[in-house]
Amino acid sequence: MSQRLDVAGPDGTMQWHRVSPKYVVVVIVSSLISTLIAAAIAVFAWLVLAWWWAWIALIVIVAIGIAQLIIAPRRARAIGYVLRDDDLLMRRGIMFQRFVAVPYGRMQLLDIERGPVDRMLGLAELRFVTAAASSRVSVPGLVEADAAWLRDRLVELAESRRTGL
Amino acid sequence: MTQPYTAATGLADGEWHRMHKATPLLRGGIAIIAIAGVIVANLRERIVNFFIGTPDYPSGDPVDVIVQHDFVWQAIGIAAVVIAVCVGVFTLSWRVQVFRVTHQAVELKSGILRRQERKARLDRIQGINVQRPVFARIFGAAKLEIVVAGHDANLDLAYLPSNVIETLRREILRLASGVRAEEARRSDTRSPSDMRSSSDARPLSERSESMGGSTPEQAAPFDSPAVPFDLPAARSGSTEAAAGRSGSIEAVPARSGGGDAPKASLRESARGILSDRVEEFVLPADLDPDAAPPESVVRMHPGRLAGSLLLSGPTIVMFLIVIAMIVGASTGRLWLIIIIFPTVLSLGGLFVRRFSKALRYNISGSDQGVRIGFGLLTTSSETIPPRRIHAVEIVQPLAWRPFGWWQVRMDTAGHTRGRNSAGEARTTTLPVGSVRDVQRVLPLLLPSMDDAIRDAIAHAGMVRRADQSAFSSAPSRARWLRPFSWRKTGYTIADGVAALRHGTLWRRIVFVPLARMQSIEVAQGPLRRVLDLASADVHVIDGPVRGRLPVIDVREAEELFAIVSAGAIAWADAEHPATKRNDETDGARDGVAGTAEDGTGGDV
Repeated sequence: MSQRLDVAGPDGTMQWHRVSPKYVVVVIVSSLISTLIAAAIAVFAWLVLAWWWAWIALIVIVAIGIAQLIIAPRRARAIGYVLRDDDLLMRRGIMFQRFVAVPYGRMQLLDIERGPVDRMLGLAELRFVTAAASSRVSVPGLVEADAAWLRDRLVELAESRRTGL
Repeated sequence: MTQPYTAATGLADGEWHRMHKATPLLRGGIAIIAIAGVIVANLRERIVNFFIGTPDYPSGDPVDVIVQHDFVWQAIGIAAVVIAVCVGVFTLSWRVQVFRVTHQAVELKSGILRRQERKARLDRIQGINVQRPVFARIFGAAKLEIVVAGHDANLDLAYLPSNVIETLRREILRLASGVRAEEARRSDTRSPSDMRSSSDARPLSERSESMGGSTPEQAAPFDSPAVPFDLPAARSGSTEAAAGRSGSIEAVPARSGGGDAPKASLRESARGILSDRVEEFVLPADLDPDAAPPESVVRMHPGRLAGSLLLSGPTIVMFLIVIAMIVGASTGRLWLIIIIFPTVLSLGGLFVRRFSKALRYNISGSDQGVRIGFGLLTTSSETIPPRRIHAVEIVQPLAWRPFGWWQVRMDTAGHTRGRNSAGEARTTTLPVGSVRDVQRVLPLLLPSMDDAIRDAIAHAGMVRRADQSAFSSAPSRARWLRPFSWRKTGYTIADGVAALRHGTLWRRIVFVPLARMQSIEVAQGPLRRVLDLASADVHVIDGPVRGRLPVIDVREAEELFAIVSAGAIAWADAEHPATKRNDETDGARDGVAGTAEDGTGGDV
């Protein structure tokens, strides 16, 4: 009964480019690290500070961590982008879905970012900056060569459609 | 008499010019006042002691040491040298500070040791602001601020004689519109597909390139780019007398400025200067004797302004604090009275500052853009060229609702959020006004919209009993998330402008010209998914206005996404025909779509 948000293309379907399957590893590693840090704080509070309720927090943290690991592949698969005629379309999230369309002409700057795990796997994240801070468009988990190609292509597209401010 | 004056007015002639002669004093004067303030603050006790006569100073005070060792004259000498050096430095910095206005850009060179050259391209000018601080007005000087997008990117021409500053502003704006129009002329003007769509918004399946429909392209707002310097030959009355001191602006290579003005006219010009000064304070902030002053479309009502300030957020909070303190003091905590006094004082200060700032508010339109003036003693008047306004918001706090008052704010690229009080005030386009006032201001800010449609939308948004069919409405199940405002949460799109409204405590109607929006987002969390709802956000440039729609039906959100994302491209293309893609890139794009699949998709 509940309806999912889905932005369809002009012909009703959209060919989303998905990110590299290796990106799952990045998601897993980052959620593991955050879970471990939170768990360490909880253990510290429980054993050292002797806050008896900290073990409840520990259980919750571990449960959330496990849930994150389970949905990690789906989270990675939920990221997608499409290069449409005049704009870039991006989607993210399963629980919290988000669709953004950025016309090529509005792009101010393109960033390629590579974290430590990204580097090990040969991945990169492409970030798009517009004049609006709230745009927050980024495509993580691209193979490095693709990221560089996509950046050059987008710069070219943005150049041909520049609208200025 | 006209010779030096012409030299003074033709500031936009591509030659290098200097600033007003009083500039070192005005710039240094502020520093000297600040230093004097620090010294007085430090020596306050000493001065008090001096008059009361209790000379038991603690040891180690520098003044003590000077007095004890008879260094008084040496100290005075050192102070004199320091002041002389300061004056010298400021004079030198004035001498090296030059600016010029060419057909492409406004350039400013400044700095003695660190040379700085700043260039503001004419087609990137977001607005021109004339500021007249009280101190500078005494000297007949004013500051011209050329607003450019970016952090701390503005180009300040401080200070210029206030009698030429209006002419210079108009010249720069005219040159800028010439540059823009030139760019626009390079290729054919195409109109975007007719995106009109009201409550029954349909998804735009294809973008037709027909010439029909309304076009946001306005008449080119300039006379002739070939003769951009056809200045008005002379200005009336005060300008004649001002010729005597026009030498302060002289072309740098040829120093013939006003130095050899006939001596006979000196006394006359002195009297003229005096009457000039008086006139400047008597006349309204934004009056300019030359071009027929554009009549302000809104008249600020002192009573309404005072009322709106009393009912605004900070004053209400402060009043509550003061009341709490009085209650506390009356129940025996007398020390609270000591805190009440400064609080009341600062409240009064805030009130007076805001009141005096907005009292002589004026707004008017011209072919060179919207002109907004503020201020009583320190005045500022800003001109924003057409198509520089990224979003407009009409907002009504809860406390204003019984009175039917509204405020109008806007986002422009030049002013970033929360910079200072001046930045805040400049995004406020109408501090307070009735529904009718708002209806008068909106045409200036949203000139691309059809009058009837814009009036209908604004009226529906502001007047409760008006016909509400212009806006879509959130479905009734949205009352779980927005119990009071779901009925008034909706959008409409007309003439390339998206109008969104929402809010309970602050009722807002946000207009976003699609040609200037940055991106569009629709989002859905678990809560909204259960209710078949979504949220939409039209991203605009940073500023006080945000184009957000907190609740909207899922299917409507998808429609809105499709319409707005298509409209953003179509209307931007219509405004910037020079950057329209040509056939070559058109073909390339088709080819690339395939490559994209191979390149990035192949790896997945």
